Amino acid sequence: MSNALFTYTLRLADDLLILSQRLGEWCGHGPVLEEDIALTNRALDHLGEARNLLTYAGQVEGKGRTEDDLAYLRMERQYTNVKLVEQPNGDYAHTMVRSFLFDAYHLPLMQALLKSTDEQLAAIAGKSVKEATYHLRASSEWIIRFGDGTEESHQRAQAALDNLWTYTGELFESDAVLEEMTKAGIAPDIAAIKESWSKTVDQVLSEATLKRPADAFMMTGGRKGLHSEHMGFILAEMQHVTRAYPGAEW
Amino acid sequence: MTEVKNLEELFQAKIDAEQKIEPKDWMPDAYRKNLIRQISQHAHSEVVGMLPEGNWITRAPSLKRKAILLAKVQDEAGHGLYLYSAVETMGTSREQTIEDLLSGKAKYSSIFNYPTLSWADIGAIGWLVDGAAIMNQVMLCRTSYGPYARAMVRICKEESFHQRQGYEIMAVLAKGSPEQKEMAQDALNRWWWPSLMMFGPTDANSPHSAQSMKWKIKRQSNDELRQTFIDRTVQQAEVIGLSIPDPDLKWNEASQHYDWGAIDWTEFNNVVAGNGPCNKERLAARNKAHNDGTWVREAALAYAAKKAKRKAA
Ligand SMILES: [Fe+2]
Ligand SMILES: [Fe+2]
Repeated sequence: MSNALFTYTLRLADDLLILSQRLGEWCGHGPVLEEDIALTNRALDHLGEARNLLTYAGQVEGKGRTEDDLAYLRMERQYTNVKLVEQPNGDYAHTMVRSFLFDAYHLPLMQALLKSTDEQLAAIAGKSVKEATYHLRASSEWIIRFGDGTEESHQRAQAALDNLWTYTGELFESDAVLEEMTKAGIAPDIAAIKESWSKTVDQVLSEATLKRPADAFMMTGGRKGLHSEHMGFILAEMQHVTRAYPGAEW
Repeated sequence: MTEVKNLEELFQAKIDAEQKIEPKDWMPDAYRKNLIRQISQHAHSEVVGMLPEGNWITRAPSLKRKAILLAKVQDEAGHGLYLYSAVETMGTSREQTIEDLLSGKAKYSSIFNYPTLSWADIGAIGWLVDGAAIMNQVMLCRTSYGPYARAMVRICKEESFHQRQGYEIMAVLAKGSPEQKEMAQDALNRWWWPSLMMFGPTDANSPHSAQSMKWKIKRQSNDELRQTFIDRTVQQAEVIGLSIPDPDLKWNEASQHYDWGAIDWTEFNNVVAGNGPCNKERLAARNKAHNDGTWVREAALAYAAKKAKRKAA
């Protein structure tokens, strides 16, 4: 049980940590100053939630690992985030579509986790729901602006959607860990989250006059630590200072 | 002619009486021009300053430090926004002001043309660069132009956090492993002199200073501010066991200040002239962000226009 809870908590954390890492790359390079601030805010919120989850995962594991041990000293194969969040920023359409597809999953997940039988996860979700609501609203607005903006922005948004769609299946995968967590009332029913996600996606895409891609082949592997080639570079960049000075305090 | 003279006398009387000048008030052309230049340079510095620090966000060595750095750089973007708004009160649009930065016409603080080469540079920037900026900005909270003064009050509240987090990074490194301490000392060595240059030329070589003082845009001279900064920072370095890279630095009992060595003004002039280690990179990064963002800004405008039209229909 504690093993599955550790794995489950880590999955929640890794999605947010890696997405935050990607969003942090934008800092200072946003399309307009207000968006620079908004992107950094998003990165900060995700990082804050990831830190709470990593700290909790360390406690559940009971081996004394801290948030930093888990973030900086795990190897790629031990990272369990979905491949969606490790995809490169690309243009602003790719960044916003990636966030939108994630936000539309993250918000109902956090809302459902409020009722988790695990008090810690429920408490962490309690802190995140407000931010997650705001994130989804903001990314939805950008999708609509892009889709219903200029011809160029429409094309860019549709291209991003078509490129990233293959990474959405992974958000709703189930396995023995998730089944155990769901049975224990710790994790919500993932099918219900998918339903909510799908509804949001349809609603926003229709207002944006964008086309929902067909569910063709879906990428998989992230939850088992099998990532895209991007992941090694993300971790190399993120971890190198910490690893170069083993045991140092910062 | 006599009318303008009267207006100028009234204007100066107002300043002498410590009343703020507001956007709708009459002001001499030179005062307006001087302020537009100064505030826009200040705004550009906040925004270009995001680049050397942003450079380390993805590599911050702990999650706590990463969060602090994100928040800090985000603050600087906010400062840029307040200041572009202050420029707009003088009748120059944000687009025009930014255009002048991108074309290389407008200047920004030269300190940001130096590279951030190690994690300790993030500490050194907060401690020294924000530290030096604060001296200037505290003074500017009482500057004669109302919108600028009010922007500065908001900014100063955040700046002391910036300075503190930088100093804390340095303090932790200085009491860490020998390698960490070396990293901190190296950063101090590289950032010390450029930080002193941030206060601008010596009073003897600062042609605009007297007028700026008379208009109470500035209230302390470059050299006065620099001295206060040195006195304070030397003591802070001592506390954490780092040494200031200046063999001529010594306490002067008579003046109750530190004496210090000569600043290399050739280097300063070189960096101002565009030959610093990162001038080209900084400008290229700002231009790239702006150009890559064009279609985004256009989409937002087009959508807003469509929406307004639909609402009207
Ligand atoms: Fe600032
Ligand atoms: Fe600052």
